[in-house]
Amino acid sequence: MVDPVVHVAGLTKVFRVPEREAGLAAAARSLVRRRWREVRAVDEISFEIAAGEVVGFLGPNGAGKTTTLKMLSGLLYPTGGEARVLGHRPSRRERDYLRRMTLVMGNRNQLQWDLPALDSFELNRAIYRVPREQFRATRDELVELLEVGDLVRKPVRNLSLGERMKVEIVGALLHQPQVLFLDEPTIGLDVTMQKRIRQFVAEYNRRHGATVLLTSHYMADVVALCKRVIVIHHGRILFDGALAALADEFAAYKTIGVVVENGAAPLDAYGEVLHREDERVILRVPKNETARVAARLLAEQEVLDLTIEEPPIEDVIELVFAQQ
Amino acid sequence: MITTDAAPFPQAGRVRSFVDFYLTTMRTAVATQFQYRAANYFYMLGMVAEPVIYLVVWTTIAKSSGGSVNGITADEFAAYYIVWTLVRNMNVVFGAPFWEWRIREGQFSGQLLRPLHPIHYDIAYFAGWKVVVVTLWIPLAIGLSLVFHPALHPTALEVCVFIVAIWGAYLLRTAIQETIGMLNFWTTRGAAVFDLYMATELLLSGRLVPLQLMPGWVQTLANFLPFKWTFWFPIESLVGDMSTQSLLLGLGVQVLWIVGMFTVFRFAFRYAIRHYSAVGG
Repeated sequence: MVDPVVHVAGLTKVFRVPEREAGLAAAARSLVRRRWREVRAVDEISFEIAAGEVVGFLGPNGAGKTTTLKMLSGLLYPTGGEARVLGHRPSRRERDYLRRMTLVMGNRNQLQWDLPALDSFELNRAIYRVPREQFRATRDELVELLEVGDLVRKPVRNLSLGERMKVEIVGALLHQPQVLFLDEPTIGLDVTMQKRIRQFVAEYNRRHGATVLLTSHYMADVVALCKRVIVIHHGRILFDGALAALADEFAAYKTIGVVVENGAAPLDAYGEVLHREDERVILRVPKNETARVAARLLAEQEVLDLTIEEPPIEDVIELVFAQQ
Repeated sequence: MITTDAAPFPQAGRVRSFVDFYLTTMRTAVATQFQYRAANYFYMLGMVAEPVIYLVVWTTIAKSSGGSVNGITADEFAAYYIVWTLVRNMNVVFGAPFWEWRIREGQFSGQLLRPLHPIHYDIAYFAGWKVVVVTLWIPLAIGLSLVFHPALHPTALEVCVFIVAIWGAYLLRTAIQETIGMLNFWTTRGAAVFDLYMATELLLSGRLVPLQLMPGWVQTLANFLPFKWTFWFPIESLVGDMSTQSLLLGLGVQVLWIVGMFTVFRFAFRYAIRHYSAVGG
């Protein structure tokens, strides 16, 4: 049996944060007696990820996604539980581990601000002890894949957000990490740039067989890259399984898209009308009534086209959190 | 393809890799500083202002006191404070208060992710920065010498000890300030401790005045603290009249303080990162 690349069991992180009421009196009281509150950012989560898997890690702001990624990358010391990645305990921050993984955080710059990215790449070569020949080959491959050949000679401070993110990714992968923790890698980027980065992650995964744990608020990232998702809320895992199964488990309805001969015909009797564009009407119907409603539509209307679809993943995720 | 077997970190050529890292980081620092030539010159002028004030004050006092103060002549004061400018630039390190900025901006997280202790980057980067400031220092030192006529006649041994001692001062000051910087993991008011450190250093290091001018009990106290090895000793090794034994003993004490402070830092760092909340990213 092959060991999982990521093994997490009962992982917990509790932050102790000071708190007090507003005002001078409360400030004075806090000098003598400070009040603390414990926040369970991650609460006994368990999961495993196999080699080469690309897993989406979903949750609203403050759900515990980034805290988990930080524990898995060795930045945060867990309060309890166990985490193992590539056979290492991340909190020990062993060099053998750190050179086999990377954590990319959207909107965070780790490159030398005043210098062209090529200089930062050279520094990373020295830090990760990448042999020069391998370094040049990897750098050229990544530069080509992300199409940043004309950007790496400009000072980083002169790059746009999207351009910077692309060269940031090149810098983070020069040592060919086997595990990628990607925290909102497409945040703030335009649609074209998001797509380019998605394609790149998929290609890197295909070429190097890397294991990827990805957080993103853009469901397009998740749909394009992840067959499996882990949904976390209030520090606890709500769902861990195939993306396709998420709607089955949480969505109580499906959508029916229908085009009828008489486009103006009222269809409220068949379900909730979500959207009407030209002659196409989108209806929301309870999941267990989908077949019956579709049959009624076909029998009672002159139907030109009819499709039954799962609700958009964004809606399903919203439902998941709404049910908690 | 990926396996979960641990690929060992390359051990062969470990020293060479280390040297490669230090040289690459120093080159990066030099390249970064070249982006800000004018800013560096203004920085240097600011750095020179402090010793020039001390120098003018003590030279005036010496001249009005019959040519010397406690046996130190105006020319010797000039030598002391001109060498001071080089020592001061050499012992500029990643300051303790900047730890808060580093954490808040998320820079520290990026450094923790590297398979190398962050202290190496600080030492290497600031060592590279010295190449630039020392280059800029040379014309300023020539200008100060033409104006103040320093009495400076070092022997070859004194020059050699001075070169080692200024790097020793740099390492010792790095160890002290990095250790104080660890307080930022427990309190957001680490700056208060830093202020206390700066005031103590100013008085007990020879930064404000040569230690010979301080009361006896202050000189005795300074012997038991690390500060004099970051200013007074490197300066005196070049401008003073120390015996060979005193010079070598001074280097030995410097080494002991460096090892001791880095040991304290190592323990402090180990516990500090357990408190790290990675708030800045």
